[in-house]
Amino acid sequence: MGMTISQKILAAHCGREQIETGELVNCKLDVVLGNDITAPVAIAEFEKLGLEKVYDPGMIVLVPDHFTPNKDIKSAQQSKVMREFARGQQIENYFEIGQMGIEHCLLPELGLVLPGDLAIGADSHTCTYGALGAFATGVGSTDMAAAMATGEAWFKVPESIKFVFSGKLPPWVSGKDLILRIIGDIGVDGARYMAMEFTGEVVRQLSMDNRFTMANMAIEAGGKNGIIAPDEITRAYVETRASRPYTFYESDPDADYFEIREYDVSDMEPLVAFPHQPENTRGVSEAGHVLLDQVVIGSCTNGRLEDLAIAAGLLKGKKVHSGLRTIIIPGTQNIYLEALRKGYIETFIEAGAVVSTPTCGPCLGGHMGILAQGEKALATTNRNFVGRMGHRDSEVYLSSPAVAAASAITGRITPPWEV
Amino acid sequence: MKFTGKVYKFGADIDTDAIIPARYLNTIDPQELAKHCMEDADADFPNKVQPGDIIVAEKNFGCGSSREHAPIAIKATGVSCVVAKSFARIFYRNAINIGLPILEAPEAIDAIHEGDALEVDIVRGHIKNLRTGEEFQATSFPPFMQEIINQGGLINYVKKKG
Ligand code: SF4
Repeated sequence: MGMTISQKILAAHCGREQIETGELVNCKLDVVLGNDITAPVAIAEFEKLGLEKVYDPGMIVLVPDHFTPNKDIKSAQQSKVMREFARGQQIENYFEIGQMGIEHCLLPELGLVLPGDLAIGADSHTCTYGALGAFATGVGSTDMAAAMATGEAWFKVPESIKFVFSGKLPPWVSGKDLILRIIGDIGVDGARYMAMEFTGEVVRQLSMDNRFTMANMAIEAGGKNGIIAPDEITRAYVETRASRPYTFYESDPDADYFEIREYDVSDMEPLVAFPHQPENTRGVSEAGHVLLDQVVIGSCTNGRLEDLAIAAGLLKGKKVHSGLRTIIIPGTQNIYLEALRKGYIETFIEAGAVVSTPTCGPCLGGHMGILAQGEKALATTNRNFVGRMGHRDSEVYLSSPAVAAASAITGRITPPWEV
Repeated sequence: MKFTGKVYKFGADIDTDAIIPARYLNTIDPQELAKHCMEDADADFPNKVQPGDIIVAEKNFGCGSSREHAPIAIKATGVSCVVAKSFARIFYRNAINIGLPILEAPEAIDAIHEGDALEVDIVRGHIKNLRTGEEFQATSFPPFMQEIINQGGLINYVKKKG
């Protein structure tokens, strides 16, 4: 029996030729990631082990991105714990603000995760790196602690669902809409414990930025990982960034799938996920009259250069609606700088939007744009749970950057072709 | 390990933001976290929950973020165990890793109501509704996971392995 790309990467990391779904395997890891919320818990657990040194400082990446630049004293203490641990353990891949970006934008950009890698992160959106053809999954802080100590982690070999996208991608339809379509279709636990493999002619033509967006939201369908087989587009992205060897894997033609789902995208329109679950999707033209108090363009889902380019294209020469706040957050310092060079930042500021230094900020209701009671926000982020961006009686709607930028102009949820 | 406790019942897809909202994640102190446990699902929960009580939920409990603060907060309230139709993957793994007893019991949930008293045998995966007398069997853990549970969590397990 053939193996899926996910099986192959796990097999390669536990020194086996063949592994079966459902097996529990202990694997060597390439990357272990933590952030300012999860790493302090992991560090406390690591210290309980009584070890002096981590297994390999080179495989650990620490990114203070959630509550940074620190929003209050408590979060500054948390960052300090992480900073001192990084120094003490000589972890080079610790990124202070100024170099920091949102972790899942930053690691691929710096070539810290590569095709064929096995990566875990104490952050659920670690699945983003599947866009590179890596097996990447979110874990908790204790798993991170054990991985820092041993360089290994245990995995249950997941079954895979294959999602095949065919047809011609209509204007304004993006990777965000494709993944929202899947989540709307199978639900927030439709791929629970499973690998989600995205493929088909449409995916093959998607840019890396769109692929990252798709893999990013695998967790919103309950997936263990999202993965896209690497190709020439992947190669062009990684070859200038990689400083170690990498491997391209692909699924065997006779690999076994739990399910194969096919989508023709030709008649698709951009989607919006209504509160309070990412599965509550509707076509943007069926959104009705939803007045907004805030628009957020950013996050590990849609805070990359292409996302900002689309938003700038729509906002150029226009003003954001006077009744609403628009917050734009480039994912990394590099993305920020590129957006500046290309004139996007000027466009945003002239349009009346706020541009922030890279941070998770409002995405998780941390800071930089918290919602008051009864307020509604449209965001390019990935979760619209109750209270996610602020007050428990506030609402978050999810969309692509195109829909978000168009809606910033009109003040209500709006298709991009209407502005 | 046997627990007897009063049931607090929750719906489907209770996410980690509902279990412990991100606005409280600037601390790792379990007692601080416990003060806000389940607050966005039931604002009164932190005040009324008593040590030994049991959380019962529909499918996909703990979906969303990887924050271990979620099972930590639940454990710190004194809740003895969580019984659900199913758990989201990361929450399931985290609960086992930190030693919060959980049981997946798809058949049991519809027959359990808010305020019922349950007797739960974690080792045998046995659940008894003391109000109705009905008994249920939970899905059993693979031996490897049972081993982590027996050691009291992943850190002890790794320690022992050396
Ligand atoms: S941007 Fe949002 S989803 Fe992404 S890592 Fe930060 S908080 Fe999590």
